[in-house]
Amino acid sequence: MQIYLPIADIPVNVFLVLAMGLAVGFISGMFGIGGGFLMTPLLIFIGVQPAVAVASVTTHVAASSFSGATSYWRRNAIDMTLALTLLAGGIFGSAGGVALFTWLRALDQLDLVIGLSYVTLLSIVGALLIGESARAIVRSFQGRRVELRRPGSHTWIHGLPLKLRFKRSKIYVSAIPVLAIGFIIGFIGAIMGVGGGFLLVPMLIYLLRVPTATVIGTSMVLTFLTMVAATILHAATNHLVDAVLALILMVGGVIGAQFGAHAGQRIRGEWLRLLLGLLVLSVGLRFAGQLVLPPDNPYSIRLIGSAP
Amino acid sequence: MRLALAAALAFASLMSGMGSAAAERLIASLTNQIVLITSNYTGVELVLFGTIERDAAASELIGPYDIVATVTGPRESLRTRRKQRVLGIWVNTDGRTFVDPPSYLAVLASHPLDAITNAENRRRLQLGIANTPLPELIHNDIGEVSNDPFRAALIQIMHERDLYSEEPDGVTFLTPTLFRATIALPAQVPTGNYTVDVKLFANGNPVTQTDLSFQIAKFGFEQFVVNAARDHGLLYGFATALMALITGWIASVAFRRD
Repeated sequence: MQIYLPIADIPVNVFLVLAMGLAVGFISGMFGIGGGFLMTPLLIFIGVQPAVAVASVTTHVAASSFSGATSYWRRNAIDMTLALTLLAGGIFGSAGGVALFTWLRALDQLDLVIGLSYVTLLSIVGALLIGESARAIVRSFQGRRVELRRPGSHTWIHGLPLKLRFKRSKIYVSAIPVLAIGFIIGFIGAIMGVGGGFLLVPMLIYLLRVPTATVIGTSMVLTFLTMVAATILHAATNHLVDAVLALILMVGGVIGAQFGAHAGQRIRGEWLRLLLGLLVLSVGLRFAGQLVLPPDNPYSIRLIGSAP
Repeated sequence: MRLALAAALAFASLMSGMGSAAAERLIASLTNQIVLITSNYTGVELVLFGTIERDAAASELIGPYDIVATVTGPRESLRTRRKQRVLGIWVNTDGRTFVDPPSYLAVLASHPLDAITNAENRRRLQLGIANTPLPELIHNDIGEVSNDPFRAALIQIMHERDLYSEEPDGVTFLTPTLFRATIALPAQVPTGNYTVDVKLFANGNPVTQTDLSFQIAKFGFEQFVVNAARDHGLLYGFATALMALITGWIASVAFRRD
């Protein structure tokens, strides 16, 4: 069944978009990520203009992460203090990212920077996740207990001043690295058009030693808050949010996220991280291929405005 | 505008050169004056039909007729960019800005254009995609660049998207003076005003022309969404965000298992 999207200006198959929402929603619920880095390329692939795809995906991710967050909320698996501290840093990061985005677009090099950011970040994060989780899996096979919260493994991060106690996560760390992580996520999110959950989850685990029990719920709350803000910002400034596209995506997305969240609870933490690592790395490699392999057509066109 | 005027003048001068031979009148019409885009829109076909009325004197003098109909969509500036390999990766290194090229261009004819009239007439009347002006921005000037790979790339990309087409058998003569043509508008056509320029040729010479127009517009729900997004962006943003919240909440309630 075809439906015409009013802002994207193309007809799409409702069931195809619904299925894409379901699949990405499942993954996002399972790993506690927004899924924007998967959905945006998929939409561009079916013919939606990149700018509309990025803007509409933020709405979809808002719905999907809200649905996921409510199920973590019921399990009391969210650290609100941590989420709000991250958000405080994230607001400044987003503002900086939007400024750089505008400057790069004027230079005609935005695509390149987005491509390179995707390749670099996804490859590094994917490789780190795979390496770490593989070691954890090997250790657990060898019969040793998997020790995620090693008391002696405090780094320089834990020596910083302005310490805050995040009760729900049972951590006591300086506010500086938390705000800095929030800033980085906001900055990268604005440039790459993604929520940044795939970066936030490993950063919280490895840098702040947030336990796996609260990390996904907390990441979802932060993703939800930033994506709501991004939706309103995109709609108010660029008029690029396609509500019809977003609605179809989110109906699939929220249903998928529910199943994903349940599936995620049944899989052991290290296996979950290995799967996420493989997924992130493969998307990174796909972007690398786009940059390195000769394009089908070296020419491309971009609309720059209507006649006065 | 200036280009259109130049074309009209060129046509007028050709016409006057033929003196009293112009004894035909071209009468044409479209099946629709307006195409409405609703939620089930997946492209549409318009039919152009027309007839050639002749003086009694002309009917014996003039041989078989040819028709060339050029459908032009709203104009929008765009940039064609070229990727080159730099340090192993493909980067946009070069680009050209095209000033207001048509967003849709269909040239429908009753025969191949080179069989209808000579190269000089095709050039002066801007017949066919090859003779359509696609001015580029060069520094602060606007001008035509012939044999430009960026121009060729633009035409090719637009052709692949079914937005530029040239059909030498697009116009069918039902009788020697009655013709019809089908204008295929793909799903991704831009909205706005379209012009249809119909030219009549006889024995390789332009005889007369007529101009028609139609409009493509969004309608009903589609129009409501577009207007809301454009005129009340902030409100629209809050409404979509609220929609996201409600959808997420409904799902979490509906799927609650604990």
